[in-house]
Amino acid sequence: MEDVNEVQNVEVVDEGIQYIVVRIGSEQYGIDIRYVDNIVRNQRITRVPKAQPYFKGVINLRGEIIPVMSLRLKFGLEPDEFTNATRIIIIKPESQSAIGIIVDEVKEVVTLDSASIEKPNSADANDVQAKYLSGIGKYEDSLITLLNITSVIIDKENV
Amino acid sequence: MDVSQYLEIFIDETKEHLQTLSDQLMILEQEPENMDTINEIFRAAHSLKGMAGTMGYKRMQRLTHDMENVFQEIRSGNMKVQPELIDVLFRGLDALEAYLAEILESGNEGTEENEEIINTLNSIAAKATGKEPPEPMKTAQPQETASASTEEAPAEAKYTSIQINDYEKNTFDKAVQQKENIFGITVYLQETCILKAARAFLVFKALEEHGEVIKAVPNVQDIEDEKFDFDFSLVYFTKDSAETIKKAIENVSEVKKAIVGAFMPEMEKSEESEKHDTPKEVKKDEKAVNNAGAAQQTVKKAENKKAAKKNTKTTKPTVGRTVRVDIEKLDVLMNLVSELIIAKNGLVSMSSSDDSKKDSGFNEQIEYLESVTTNLHESVMKVRMVPIESVVSRFPRMIRDLNKKLNKKMELHMTGEETELDRTVIDEIGDPLQHLLRNAADHGLESNEERLALGKEEVGQIYLDAYQDGNNVNIVVRDDGAGIDVEKVKQKAIEKGNITPEQAEIMTDKDVIDLLFKPSFSTAEKITDVSGRGVGLDVVKTKIEGLGGNIECKTVLGEGSSFIIRLPLTLAIIQALMVELGKEKYAIPLGSIQTIEDIPVSDVKHVQTKEVINLRGTVIPLIRLDQILDVETNEEEPESLTVVIVKKGDKQAGLVVDNLIGQQEIVIKSIGDYINCSKLIGGATILGDGEIALILEVNTLV
Repeated sequence: MEDVNEVQNVEVVDEGIQYIVVRIGSEQYGIDIRYVDNIVRNQRITRVPKAQPYFKGVINLRGEIIPVMSLRLKFGLEPDEFTNATRIIIIKPESQSAIGIIVDEVKEVVTLDSASIEKPNSADANDVQAKYLSGIGKYEDSLITLLNITSVIIDKENV
Repeated sequence: MDVSQYLEIFIDETKEHLQTLSDQLMILEQEPENMDTINEIFRAAHSLKGMAGTMGYKRMQRLTHDMENVFQEIRSGNMKVQPELIDVLFRGLDALEAYLAEILESGNEGTEENEEIINTLNSIAAKATGKEPPEPMKTAQPQETASASTEEAPAEAKYTSIQINDYEKNTFDKAVQQKENIFGITVYLQETCILKAARAFLVFKALEEHGEVIKAVPNVQDIEDEKFDFDFSLVYFTKDSAETIKKAIENVSEVKKAIVGAFMPEMEKSEESEKHDTPKEVKKDEKAVNNAGAAQQTVKKAENKKAAKKNTKTTKPTVGRTVRVDIEKLDVLMNLVSELIIAKNGLVSMSSSDDSKKDSGFNEQIEYLESVTTNLHESVMKVRMVPIESVVSRFPRMIRDLNKKLNKKMELHMTGEETELDRTVIDEIGDPLQHLLRNAADHGLESNEERLALGKEEVGQIYLDAYQDGNNVNIVVRDDGAGIDVEKVKQKAIEKGNITPEQAEIMTDKDVIDLLFKPSFSTAEKITDVSGRGVGLDVVKTKIEGLGGNIECKTVLGEGSSFIIRLPLTLAIIQALMVELGKEKYAIPLGSIQTIEDIPVSDVKHVQTKEVINLRGTVIPLIRLDQILDVETNEEEPESLTVVIVKKGDKQAGLVVDNLIGQQEIVIKSIGDYINCSKLIGGATILGDGEIALILEVNTLV
């Protein structure tokens, strides 16, 4: 059995990394599936006073208090409009507590190999958004902005 | 005998005995003739000796044995207690504590012999009794090392312990037929060697030129992965002599030493017979190694020790944290759990009964359940509670040492040692308290001469008081020394650029003292010149705030200063008042609430543009929570305000809320590190309906 498992694992690695594709505004973003703990429907968010503006508040996820961040506000877009498709993606980075991010829609899971990922242009490095990106993924006809999720949630400068 | 299962008990009891020893020695120093104390010490030393012996801690046993001997002499009246004896005994105590720390860390007592303490003990005992001093340890030393080195030799040739399985035995037989030499080899690499695997590979390569490696310990894979310390052992077939092999190995750089000897597959054979079978040249060679190594042996021993220590340091502490629980407390818990089961059964039977009885029955059962869970919570908290005594009991000893070190006479008075705190708090509070006490002793108190000149009592007084105050425990460290010179602190702060002279003008004394807790202010020497305070006070503050507490300082120039630490009694579950602000719900910890008042708007006065109320003679500032927390509320001002009066120390404030919901037991949960809300929010809790309410941090608000 072990051998079989190993072979499968190797195949996954060869195929590249899996991303969850989400829509925020009109753009598509990819989140590395290894960081995703859970995807939940929009629920009541309790506002936390005096928090950073892009933190919408905290939610109760099965007895755990989880802070929720708005990517739209973080990226300087229009404030979120909550619809039926709105989801909160619970991110669980290694050795850190969980955090939720609000997205307009969860579309699909895609697998991208390294050939179809373009590294960000170093000339853009000064751009506010650029530091949150880890690359641009090409999938079928569309482009997916791949989020560098750790730098999105751990943002020293804005704290 | 496997004694590891007793390790935790051993550690707990040793701690207790050491504490008794320390306490009793302090008494003995004051009353050298006190027979009860001497007996008590003798008993504690004796039990320690027995326990250490049972656990196989020989060094610890020897030290306690000698301490016990001294007390035996005192007990039988052969000698008197002298100050220097007490000093030595205290040093012995420290040594025992060091052993214990080592055992906690690694499971064995370490290798410190503490010869000096033992010798001093023995010579004191001998001098006093007039007996011939027992042979000093120093002379015994060479013999011991000599015997140690002979013992060490086989221990170093680790190959002797390599086990051979059946398959390998076949190869062995073949080799013997082919008249090949079978060698055991142990290779020691230099401790500084970085690429151990690479060196090992070179050794293997060198060996393969001369013969065949049959087996390696650790196995080849582990050696390649560097999973070995600084030595590895091999079984090796060759037609060449041991000498050549040895040379070949030692030609590889960074190899400290190679020991080559004949290897016998049958492990049952005694070393005697093994040596008989050894070809002569090899035997000689081994001897040469031993002789040459003999001189280095002692050095090597020390090195080995160091290496061994390094290894043990990396391993996890072998003992988990435990709390000793009074059996009565456990009985209460057990009782409550059975009541819980009864309550559950009550609910089950209720659900199957007919509807008419259901309603009233349910309520009854729920009330019952509520009282059981409240009691259960209380009892569990009690189990976690430890009297503060366990941390503060070491302080009298510390002050005694400081007495001698600083050459200042001082006394420590402690009260409220029985005050209980949560175990997690107890573990953390020791260092900050020690820090404050040291500060008080070192900088707070004036020298004896100065005190006399000022007309104060010569002996400086330090007080450590602990007491419970509502949901908090207060610990006060107080001295009757010089106090803090606010003006000097101000000047220093201006010099250092922490504040501007203009700022200094308007600063209250309290603001200035708060400067001492600022990290930038804690450069040791400078502040000692100014006020004699501030050494790492910021660290103390951070630590205490990390425990959910706070610290403040009060000082009167010339009369002394006191540091007041306020700590929460419990960490996880508290009673809180739920209030409503606009549409949001917040919890205010009940422990900090004094009263709740209805104040007509017309009673609100303005002082320096701030809103205050006059409540039964006290002027209390009002805090508009809705403004501070940016809550959207109705524009129209109601006719009267609901004001929750909270206190922090002796400061009071009135929090204006929209509505009171009621008192509730809440479980505190952290909102995580991501959200930065300027400490206004102490955490969050989940209400019965799954909604989240934030807990207000009263200490930051006031």
